[in-house]
Amino acid sequence: MEKSKRNKRYNAYVESVTPKTGTWHSLWNALWVGGLTCMIAQGIGDIYYALFPHLGKDLIVNFTSMTIIALAILFTGFGFFDVIARKGGAGSFLPITGFANAMASASMEFKTEGLIMGTSVKMFTVVGPVIVNGIVWSAVAGMINVLITGGI
Amino acid sequence: MNPVLDKILTYLIVFLVGGGLCAIAQLLIIKTKLTPARILVIFLLLGVVLEGIGIYKPLNEFCQAGISVPIVGFGAALTRGAIEYAKQIGLLGALGGGLIRTSLGIGTAVVMSYIVTLIFSPRSK
Amino acid sequence: MSFKTLHRGENCSFSPRQTTIAGKIPYTQRQTIIFDNPPHIIGRMSVVGTKEGKGPIGRYFHRVLDDDKMGEKTFENAEIKMLTSAIDGAVYNSGLRPSEIDLIISGDLLNQVTTSNYVARNYHVPYLGVYSACSTMTEALDLASTFISAGKFKNVLCSTASHFATAERTYRYPLEYGCQRPPYAQWTVTGAACTVLSANGNGPRITMGTVGKVVDFGTTDLNNMGAAMAPAAMDSMLALFKETGAEPCDFDLIITGDLGKLGSDILRDLMTEQGYYLGQRYIDCGNMMYDVSQNCYQGGSGAACSATIFNSFVLDKIFDGTYNRVAYFATGALMSTQSCYQGETIPCISHAVVIER
Repeated sequence: MEKSKRNKRYNAYVESVTPKTGTWHSLWNALWVGGLTCMIAQGIGDIYYALFPHLGKDLIVNFTSMTIIALAILFTGFGFFDVIARKGGAGSFLPITGFANAMASASMEFKTEGLIMGTSVKMFTVVGPVIVNGIVWSAVAGMINVLITGGI
Repeated sequence: MNPVLDKILTYLIVFLVGGGLCAIAQLLIIKTKLTPARILVIFLLLGVVLEGIGIYKPLNEFCQAGISVPIVGFGAALTRGAIEYAKQIGLLGALGGGLIRTSLGIGTAVVMSYIVTLIFSPRSK
Repeated sequence: MSFKTLHRGENCSFSPRQTTIAGKIPYTQRQTIIFDNPPHIIGRMSVVGTKEGKGPIGRYFHRVLDDDKMGEKTFENAEIKMLTSAIDGAVYNSGLRPSEIDLIISGDLLNQVTTSNYVARNYHVPYLGVYSACSTMTEALDLASTFISAGKFKNVLCSTASHFATAERTYRYPLEYGCQRPPYAQWTVTGAACTVLSANGNGPRITMGTVGKVVDFGTTDLNNMGAAMAPAAMDSMLALFKETGAEPCDFDLIITGDLGKLGSDILRDLMTEQGYYLGQRYIDCGNMMYDVSQNCYQGGSGAACSATIFNSFVLDKIFDGTYNRVAYFATGALMSTQSCYQGETIPCISHAVVIER
């Protein structure tokens, strides 16, 4: 059809003139922002381990992620998380900090509709996919794993 | 081996693995135009699969926070919980195990978000 | 200036092609209205946010806000206050009493044109709410001119508003959500603008109006609005040129709404292919709105983008005699967030008016 041919031509043309993200530059930004976030988390974990060695590894890991989640949400509240994120790209949304930011930003944004109909309803608008897919597929994976290894 | 050198090496690995994962995600965004939400889900599923076939644990021993802080770690923790709980109480335990293991993190996120919402308002840029 | 340098954007490269992209465009319908009794522009006002006030043409705007929230509780209320301020200012500027306004035609970007409706409830005047995304201003001007030219109404007020924070929440992500925009994204303008048209008076006249067709060239990228809207602008431009027999050089200035840098470069390219060379008399409001240092990617977008610049900079230059005949094409993308997630392409429209001194 003439129209789809024209659209194809136009899209190819747009693709050829649209400026691209500077690949190496943005990759480097993602690398150092993401790497630094992980290093800070590791540092916090090490400090906790030095301070409370009796807690056990599992709890330390949990406390570490709680700490960085809390920090990321505070950063969001003060309004400088998105400044870092605009630079870091995937470096800021892939770590658990991005998850925390998505939750806090949606919850703050819809505060104007009230704490019940706004904040509480919309809190999971952005992080919904992660929670839902996480629960569904981890349950599936858990069942398959148990069925195969025969742990029951 | 020298403990200080060992620590530096660990941090270097954490930086490279964590940063590397983020760089791969960034490359996916640039090359495929996938939305961030889809990329998050892909990495989450990567964690689920890694834990499901049992190679996440040795990886985590080696990379530490480098793999547990990115969303991959969240997926792995969910699956780990599901497997453990299923082994404890039977097949249906897989439905709740993931949430039990990650409940501290999710709870913190929800409560902190709520508190921050009470205090701050979004700003126009 | 050589042909090659004009058609090479700073960050995009255009190369000559064998076949034209749009192909031959058939004209069967008449889209251009030539007004028998051209209405006069007798009052105007533009209000913009802080960021826009710092841009290259910031000093032309009538009012620059120092707080984008205007002391209100929500950004939606701020938008309402901003539009009210623009309307009041324009009525004052026109020298009419508020009771002398016969009709308000207004539109904005929010769902169910909320802002305009809430503003209109404070005026006891007949009201038409219009929605045409970012080309709302020209749609309102077209309608108003038709009404006045036919002698049905005497004084008609056209207004529009958009706000970065409210548009962002309606169409994209929460404000504090950390996301990286691609380099071809655009920035919604915070602002409101109002024009008062009248059958009497001696201001510049609106002599022609072109009602656009919905044009869809099959683009799907929500961030790349410029590329989606450029074909719509081309379609209306060709309609105006072909039906009136005009050439780009018959106009002192041709402005488009919010194609941004990339979109305006594409439009130049498309028009060249159709045999019209736009050259230096063509400018794009989105492209002018922000400075490169303001990190706004390809420039401004939103209903207020072209409306504020038209009511300040462009009309200033028409009033002082720099320009005698200006063609104003505002372009709008008519998608919703749902339609895009459902895999639909982006339909676009462009309405135009011709203003003569």
